[in-house]
Amino acid sequence: MKRWPIFIAFPAAMLFVASLFAQERNAVPPPAAAFATAPEIPYDSAGANYLKFPAGLYLGEAMGVARNSKGQILVFTRSGEATRLFRFDPEGNYLGEIGQGLYGFAMAHGVRVDSQDNIWAVDEGTDMVIKFNPEGRVVMLLGRRPEFGEGLLATPANNAVPPPAVPYKFGRPTDIAWDATGNIFVSDGYTNSRVVKYDKWGKFIKSVGTRGTEPSQFNTPHSIQTDANGNVYVADRGNRRIQVLSNDLTLRAIYDNVGSPWAVCITPGPHQYLYSSNSNPDNNNSNVAAVTGEIYKMELDGTVVGKFGKAGKLAKEFTTVHAMDCRNPNEIMTAEITGWRVQKLTLHPQASSK
Amino acid sequence: MLRFSQILFAGVAMLFASPLFAQLSVPEIPYDSAPNLLKLPDNLYMGEAVGVATNSKGHIYVFTRTGSSNVTTGTNRAFVRSSSRLFEFDQTGKYVREMGQGLYGFIFAHSVRVDPQDNIWVIDEGSNMVIKFDPDGHVIMTMGRKPEAIRVPAAPPPMAAPFPAPGGNPPAGPGGGPAREGAGPGPVREGGGPAREAPTGAGAPGDNFDRPTDVAWDATGNIFVADGYNNSRVAKFDRDGKYIKSWGSRGTLPSQFHTVHSIATDAKGNVYVGDRENRRIQVFDNDGNFKSMYINVGAPWAVCITPGQHQYLYSSNSNGTADMENGEIYKMELDGKILGKFGTAGKQLKEFGSVHEIDCRNQNEIYVGELTNWRVQKLTLHLEQAK
Repeated sequence: MKRWPIFIAFPAAMLFVASLFAQERNAVPPPAAAFATAPEIPYDSAGANYLKFPAGLYLGEAMGVARNSKGQILVFTRSGEATRLFRFDPEGNYLGEIGQGLYGFAMAHGVRVDSQDNIWAVDEGTDMVIKFNPEGRVVMLLGRRPEFGEGLLATPANNAVPPPAVPYKFGRPTDIAWDATGNIFVSDGYTNSRVVKYDKWGKFIKSVGTRGTEPSQFNTPHSIQTDANGNVYVADRGNRRIQVLSNDLTLRAIYDNVGSPWAVCITPGPHQYLYSSNSNPDNNNSNVAAVTGEIYKMELDGTVVGKFGKAGKLAKEFTTVHAMDCRNPNEIMTAEITGWRVQKLTLHPQASSK
Repeated sequence: MLRFSQILFAGVAMLFASPLFAQLSVPEIPYDSAPNLLKLPDNLYMGEAVGVATNSKGHIYVFTRTGSSNVTTGTNRAFVRSSSRLFEFDQTGKYVREMGQGLYGFIFAHSVRVDPQDNIWVIDEGSNMVIKFDPDGHVIMTMGRKPEAIRVPAAPPPMAAPFPAPGGNPPAGPGGGPAREGAGPGPVREGGGPAREAPTGAGAPGDNFDRPTDVAWDATGNIFVADGYNNSRVAKFDRDGKYIKSWGSRGTLPSQFHTVHSIATDAKGNVYVGDRENRRIQVFDNDGNFKSMYINVGAPWAVCITPGQHQYLYSSNSNGTADMENGEIYKMELDGKILGKFGTAGKQLKEFGSVHEIDCRNQNEIYVGELTNWRVQKLTLHLEQAK
């Protein structure tokens, strides 16, 4: 029996295994089903330097962006020394910082502003949700930062089975939303795979979801919003679908034609729209970026109204949109990971070509 | 025979029933909380408010876990820098100053107490140190020693046995716990969790601590250190910090501890120990001889004894850090008789998020430091309305 010399067989086997992994990593998904048919919405960008920083202050990865009722802009960013939360006026002028050196800040993920202008920051490094009042002082906390020393544990392997979720502990939470009565919904997250509902004072009501691909299961619930009727829209990113849940977290619908929803945003007002970003990946894979990056505008029932944007590093293009603000339905703010920037986009839907 | 066993059964039943009954009939003490008590300057934030204490002028000291612990590496070792901070406020809650900014022994705050001479004592479970500041904020005595470096595990230990706290390093001096590698049993974290086997050396006598938790003094100035998560003992020192003796080991028998978490003395020098995971307060005489235990007030996260002629004992059955159960604080006579209780777990004003330390210098004006709510509340009790 002929034997392959080990010095040939072994590297060959390694190459074969490596190519399998490479295929997995570079697998190019099909374009979102709605891509071919959705009309283009014309839009402008205020430019990649819309936010004006004082000298010596820089934005890092822009993970979260949200506006309050005065039009002020909150940006949650992964910066050199720490995770930081900055505030700007509506023109993009720097106003100040909130939570400097905060115990709950380690790895920014999301920021949202509620109807009373409270600012809620979601940190996936400390497993905490921090509620600031409009002045920027801490008023309520959900979750708890792992104790000193626990943080020095080696990171679990990616395929490690996480322990079952418990009511008051997050596993790398991602985002937060509220219904009209103030109930709190947290998308939780990378390690846990669930949506948790608390009352306005942080008392656990219920949670739904485990890791998986079945309905009501999640593969990274990455962004979350509610509509005026209290329905909950969950961006189930890894499963490439938006799951719509009732207020008590019963599954109502699934929208699976808009690609991988990194960020969702629902507009206020009598006629609400749902924006969802099929963002290009943050690993700079240009093959995948070629078929992703666009943002969809939808009716709440999932009907796609239009789309805009594509992946790229220029102004008006997107460098991995991680969060959106849509307080004004035709003025979208995007927080972008790989380009370390926030853009203000003005949509011109009346000019959209059919 | 039958009759005897019936009597025995009835006796045992009464034994178990009486504390429960006592607990059910505890009167509620009405109380208020002052909103927004502590005013911090802009860009300064409270973290976990693990320690709170007042001095004779009513100034409030808060020892808090804030910022991020900072690990730097060198010569194959990881060095940890500060994240505990000690803030001083006046009696109105106005910010006065910070003490010990960047201090070598400030790693992971656990509690703060003020002695009768207004010296401020902090206990840091990350550096394994007890540090005494004079009223001006100078360090005037240190006990224990911060480990030079922390041992970072080479491989992820099993989920059930987290990496030991920095106390898991070889001790620098006599006493203290021997070295434990990453495979050793982990510390019991806040909020308890299942009982684990005691670490090797638990209760070891000596000058060094292993995740100490609290400090108290008797009238002559002797120092009693609750030590702690890993050592499971009470250590007694003279007023100059000279080691006298220690007692206790990990376990459930009398004079054993499972997380000696809080400590207080009465005017006669008796020592009251919050033995948290064993859910009991153990009382010892000044030499560490066991006197009695109180088993009907839940898990005593924090104990406090009032000054004055008639002393009272407060004990908090705090909620765990990942639950919203319990949370009530008991007011007791020193002999364990329960007089009343107040409070419950929650995030609203007047509710408690894992009360971690109580100050009771004024018996009807209680300060509580809350772990999970990152705040200090000043509670005014209305005993005249209690029923």
